Amino acid sequence: MELKGLATYAKNTWCPGCGNFAILNAIKAVLSELNTEGYPLEKFVLVSGIGCHAKIVDYLNLNSFYSIHGRVVPVAEGIKLADPNLKVIGFAGDGDAYGEGIEHLIFAAKRNIDITMIIHNNRVYGLTTGQYTPTSPLGFKGRSTPQGTVELPINPLELMLASGATFLARGTSHGIELLKKIFKQAILHKGFALVDVLQVCVTYFNMYEYYDKRVYELTNHRISDYQQALTKIREWDYNNDLQIGLGVFYKKDSSTFEENFITKRVKIDRDLKIRKLLKEA
Amino acid sequence: MDNFSILIGGQAGFGIDKAGSIIASILNQLGYRLYVYRDYPSIIRGGHTFSIIRASRKRIATHQNKIDFLLALNQDTVSFHRQRLKDNSVIIYDSDVAKLEAEPTTIKAIEVPLTKIIKEEKAAEVMRNTCLIGAFCKIAGIEWNVIENVLRKNIAKDIDLNLKVAQRGYNEVAEVTKIERISQSSLPLLTGNEAISLGLIKAGLKTYIAYPMTPSSPILHFLAGLAEDFGLKVIHPESEIGVVLMALGFTYAGEKVAVGTSGGGFCLMAEGLSFAGMAELPLVIIVGQRPGPSTGLPTYSAQTELHFVQNAGQGEFPRFIVAPGDAEEAYYWSAMALNIAWKYQIPAFILSDKNLGEGTFNFDMDAIEGIKEEGAILWDGKSPYKRYLVTENGVSPLAFVPEKEAIIKVNSYEHDEFGITTEDPQITNMMQEKRLRKGEYILEELKEYKTVNIYGNKNSSIALLCWGSNKGLCVEAAENLSLKVIQPIVLSPFPNEEFKEAIKGAKKLICVENNATGQLGRLISSYGFKVDEKILKYDGRPFALDELEDRLNAYLKKVL
Repeated sequence: MELKGLATYAKNTWCPGCGNFAILNAIKAVLSELNTEGYPLEKFVLVSGIGCHAKIVDYLNLNSFYSIHGRVVPVAEGIKLADPNLKVIGFAGDGDAYGEGIEHLIFAAKRNIDITMIIHNNRVYGLTTGQYTPTSPLGFKGRSTPQGTVELPINPLELMLASGATFLARGTSHGIELLKKIFKQAILHKGFALVDVLQVCVTYFNMYEYYDKRVYELTNHRISDYQQALTKIREWDYNNDLQIGLGVFYKKDSSTFEENFITKRVKIDRDLKIRKLLKEA
Repeated sequence: MDNFSILIGGQAGFGIDKAGSIIASILNQLGYRLYVYRDYPSIIRGGHTFSIIRASRKRIATHQNKIDFLLALNQDTVSFHRQRLKDNSVIIYDSDVAKLEAEPTTIKAIEVPLTKIIKEEKAAEVMRNTCLIGAFCKIAGIEWNVIENVLRKNIAKDIDLNLKVAQRGYNEVAEVTKIERISQSSLPLLTGNEAISLGLIKAGLKTYIAYPMTPSSPILHFLAGLAEDFGLKVIHPESEIGVVLMALGFTYAGEKVAVGTSGGGFCLMAEGLSFAGMAELPLVIIVGQRPGPSTGLPTYSAQTELHFVQNAGQGEFPRFIVAPGDAEEAYYWSAMALNIAWKYQIPAFILSDKNLGEGTFNFDMDAIEGIKEEGAILWDGKSPYKRYLVTENGVSPLAFVPEKEAIIKVNSYEHDEFGITTEDPQITNMMQEKRLRKGEYILEELKEYKTVNIYGNKNSSIALLCWGSNKGLCVEAAENLSLKVIQPIVLSPFPNEEFKEAIKGAKKLICVENNATGQLGRLISSYGFKVDEKILKYDGRPFALDELEDRLNAYLKKVL
C-alpha cells in the first residue's frame, strides 16, 4: 500500500458530523497552500495526543508523531529544538492539553517556543464516552458527574495569555474558511501559537446550535494590544451565555526560546577534548 | 603508609566537599590511588557533613570505617567520628571551636586555632578549610609546592588569600608523620557521574535533558558546564514527564539524547518509557538510586530500583540495563548504552546510585577497551519508507525528518509497518514479536562483551555476588579473604549463559547488596540460580571494607 497525496489509506472512524472533519479539511488546505508557496511538506511534523482528535495524524500523509495523552507539547518542543527549521504543529484535545498536559502548555507559552498548537476543544471526553473536561460548563452532566459538575471551566485563552503565548486565536468547526485563515497565520507566526477550536462532538455534547447563535468574528480589534486581547478573551468565559468572539485575539512579535537557546553546533574532535579534560581532572 | 584514610568534617556550608576534593588531588599528585566517599544531609546550611578520602598504593573503590587522620572543623566532627580512630591516628582540629574528649594517649591530637587565624587574615570563615588543609599537609610531611599547585588549580576566587591562609596553617604545626611520594604516575580523578557523562559524549550524545534530582543532578550541572565546549544542548524542563517526552521528540528528529533522574523522577517517566518501547524510539535513561520508598533519604545511597527499572512501563518490550561499578565501567558502559539504544531502537538504562555517582575514583582511560560511536541502521532510500518494517532481527531502518522521499510516522498505538494505527490481531502479533525479537539479538551481540565479571580467587567455592557500586568493595574484600566475586554488569537482557559459566565451581553464593530484600538475588532466582546468604545494608550508607569483612568472617565461621 502506498501513501498518496495528503490522505492516507487509513479508514476514517470519526462519527458522521464530527467537528474534527473541519479541522482535518482546513489543515489539509492550509498545508497544501503553504506547500505551493514554497514550504516543503517534509519540513512539517504533526504531533497528536490521545483521543478522537489524535487520529488526525493517521489521516494525513505527512511526518507524524502519534504521542500519548497530555504530552503533545513536550514532544513538539523536543522536535523543534532538535531541528529549528522544522514546522511543528501539535493537535490536542481539551482533556489532553488543558487537563492532563496543562503544565506543558503553560511552560511552552512561557518559553515562547515556535510551535503551533491546535486544540480540538469539544468540551467533553469523547473516546472515553462522555465525561466532563476542564472547559465543560458548570453543571455539565457527564458519566462521571451524573448530578452535574460543581466546578467552573477554565478559560484557556486567558490562561495562555497570562502564560506568555504570543499568538492566540479561536475558531469553530462550523466555519472552515475562518479556520483556514487562522491556522495559516498561526503556523506562520514566529513563536508559541495556540488556536482553540470549538470543535463539536455530535455524540456527547452537540453544541452546533448553541455556538451558531453566539459566534461573531472580531472586528476593529487591535491584536497587538494586550489589554484589548484580555478584554475580548474574557468576554465569553466558557460558561456564560454571552456572544463568542472568533478570530485572532492576540499576536506579539517576540524572540523565541530556540533563538535564545545556545544551539551552536561546534565541529570538534570529541576524543581530543575528553583527553584534554581528563588532564585537568 | 600504603593505605590510609582521612576524614574531614563540619557543617554543610563549611566547604567540606571542596576540601575533600583538594586533599584527594594532593594525594593524587603524590602517586596514590584514591576513593572519596561523601556524606551529607539534605540541607543547605548546618547539619553534619563529611568526606572520607582513602588513599592506597593500588586501585581502590571503597572506603574503610577506620581512619588515620581526623580533620575537624567543629565539635560534632570530633564527637561523631572518634570511634573511627585507630591507636595511632592523628586528630587535627580547630581549637577555637572544638574540644577533645579523653582520647587514648597514643592518639596524636594537634590543635590549630583556625578561627583565630582566619580573623587575623581577614579571610572568610569558609577559608578555615584551606587553613586546615595546610596544617594537615605539614603534619603529613607533604611539601608546600604540591599544595600550592593543587590549590591554584582548584580555587579560582581569592586564591592569594587562600594560599596565605593555607600557609599559616602549614607553619602553625610541625611534621608528625611522612606520607611518602609513590613512584607511579597520577591518574585523573572523576566522579561516577562525570564518567557517565563523558562516556555518553564519547558515543555521540548531542542532548541531555533532566529535572534536578539527587544524586543525578551533578550530571546535569557537569554537562551544562561542558555544553558550549562540546556543542551539546542541555535542557532543564518543567518536570520529568516533560523531560522524557521532550527527549523522545529529539530522538524522532535523529538526535542522540539522554535523560537522568532518581527513582522518584523515574516514576514520572514510566509512561514515556513505555511509549519509547512501543514507538521504538532510542532513549538512554540514567537512574541514580537512593533510599526509598518515596522521598526516603535523598542524599544517601541504595540499590533498590533494579526491579522497578526492569519492570516499569505498561506492556512488554525489550530494554537494556547496565549497572557499572566504577568510573571506567561507568564510562565504557554508558557509551555502550547509547550505542545499543540506537542500534536496537530501545530504551537503555544506566543504573547508578549515589555511591557511584558522587563517589570519586581514579580513571584510567588506557585500561578501557576501545569503544566508539555506533550509528543506527539507516534507511537505504530505495524502497518506499516504512518506519516499522518487519525484519529478521526486529530492527527497522531509520530515517529522520526532514526527508524528502520518506514519510516518517511513529505511533504509541499498535501500528502497521507505515506507523498507522491498527487493531488487527495478526498485525498486533507480528509487531509484538518484532519488538521482542530485538532482545534476543542484543543477547547474541553481547556475547562479544564481558557482561559478567569474575574477580578474586576464581577457584574459591564461595562467591560474592554483587552489582553496581559494590564492585570495588567486594573485589577488595574477596582478595583479602580469598573468595570469588561475580559481578553481572548487564542486567537486561540477562546474560544467562555467561552467568551460568561464571558461577561454575561456586558452592556458596552470597549476595552483597544495598537494599533490604536482595534484588539481584531475586533476579537470578528467576533464572534458576539461588543465593545461599544475603549480606544486606539499607541504612543509606555504603558498606565500608572493614564492615563487610567482619560480616563475611562471621558467615564463614558459621559455614566452614
